[in-house]
Amino acid sequence: MNNSLIDYVLHLADNSLILAQRNAEWCGHGPILEQDIAITNISLDLLGQSRNFYQHAATLIGNDATEDSLAYLRTEREFKNCLLVEQPNGDWGQTILRQFFFSAYQFLLYEKLQAHKDEQLAAIAAKALKEVTYHMRWSSEWVIRLGDGTTESHERMTKAIDELWRYTGELFMAADYEKKSGIDVSLLKDVWMKKVESVFEEATLSVPEKTFMQNGGKTGVHTEHLGYILTELQYLQRTYPGAEW
Amino acid sequence: MKIHISKYYYGDIPEEKAGGFQDQKSNVDKNSWPLWEVFVRSKQGLDHKHVGSLHATDPVMAIENARDVYTRRQEGVSIWVVESKFITASNPEEAGELYEPAADKIYRHPTFYELPDEVGHM
Repeated sequence: MNNSLIDYVLHLADNSLILAQRNAEWCGHGPILEQDIAITNISLDLLGQSRNFYQHAATLIGNDATEDSLAYLRTEREFKNCLLVEQPNGDWGQTILRQFFFSAYQFLLYEKLQAHKDEQLAAIAAKALKEVTYHMRWSSEWVIRLGDGTTESHERMTKAIDELWRYTGELFMAADYEKKSGIDVSLLKDVWMKKVESVFEEATLSVPEKTFMQNGGKTGVHTEHLGYILTELQYLQRTYPGAEW
Repeated sequence: MKIHISKYYYGDIPEEKAGGFQDQKSNVDKNSWPLWEVFVRSKQGLDHKHVGSLHATDPVMAIENARDVYTRRQEGVSIWVVESKFITASNPEEAGELYEPAADKIYRHPTFYELPDEVGHM
C-alpha cells in the first residue's frame, strides 16, 4: 500500500470538500439570487470532485473505508487541506478572492495531474478541469469587477487581499507526500503569480510585497477555523453514527 | 426588485417620462441591476428559445448568470442574452386588431393540398 499516494489523494479531496463547505455557507445568503446560485453551483462542483477523490482514496485504503468515513469520521489533525480553503467567507469580496486564488491554483494543478501515473487520479483531474476553468473565469471576472468598481468595493478587495495573501504561499510548498506521489507544486508558482498579476492589474489592485507565509494545513496543522467547519460538517454522523436517509 | 409605480395626470408628466427612447439614466435605482432576457439553444440545429429572465450588470455577467441559472442541468449548448429594455413587445390591448383577423382565414394554411407520402412530415 502506497501511503504517500493515499495522503496525496486525501489532500486533494480535503481541499475540495472544505472549500465546498465554505461556499455552501452562502446558500440562501448570496448578494443576489443569480450569484447565490453561482456560488452554490461551484460548491457542488467541488463537492463532486471531493467525492471522486474520497472514493478513490477509499479503494486505495481498502478495509472498511468509504467516502463517508473519510469525510465524516476523520479528525481535524487528519485533514490535509491547505489553510486557504478553510478561511472564513468574510464578505462577498473575500469569498471571491479566495475562490480566485484557489481556482487559479487548481487549474494549473489539474492540468498537470491529468498526466499522473495513477490513471484514476488523472481521469478525475481531466474531468474536473472543465469546471475549474469556469470557476477561474467566473472568479477572475468578479475580482476585476469589484477591484475596478466603486471606492467601497475596491477597499473591500484590498482588505481581502491583506487577509488572504499570507495563505497563498502554502499552495506551492510541497508536503512530503506531494514530493513522493504528487505534482511538483513549486513549479506552478510563477505561472500562478502571472495570472494573479494580470487579473490584479486589470482590477487596479496591487500584489502585496513579500510577506511571511503561513503553512501547516497540508500536514494537519490548521487555523482555528477548521474545527468549527468540521463540527458542523460532521455533526450528524458523530451524533447518530451510521445514520442514513 | 423594487418596482416604482407613479401616476401622472395630464400636463404634469415630467419631461424624462414623456415618451421617446428611454435611456439608462432613467434606471436610477443603483441597487437594482438591469434585467436580461435569456434564450437557450437546447441542441445544435434547434432554435434559441426564451427560457426566462435574470439580473446582471453587464453582458458577460448575464451570460454567466444564465449559464448558472438555466443550463446547470444540461439544458443547453448556446445562450443568447438581451437586455429586456431593448425588446419591443406588442400591446396585449391591441390583440384584437392584430391577431383576430387571421382567425377566419383558414385558406392561408396549406391544409388543402394532398401531400405525397414520400414527403413525410412538413
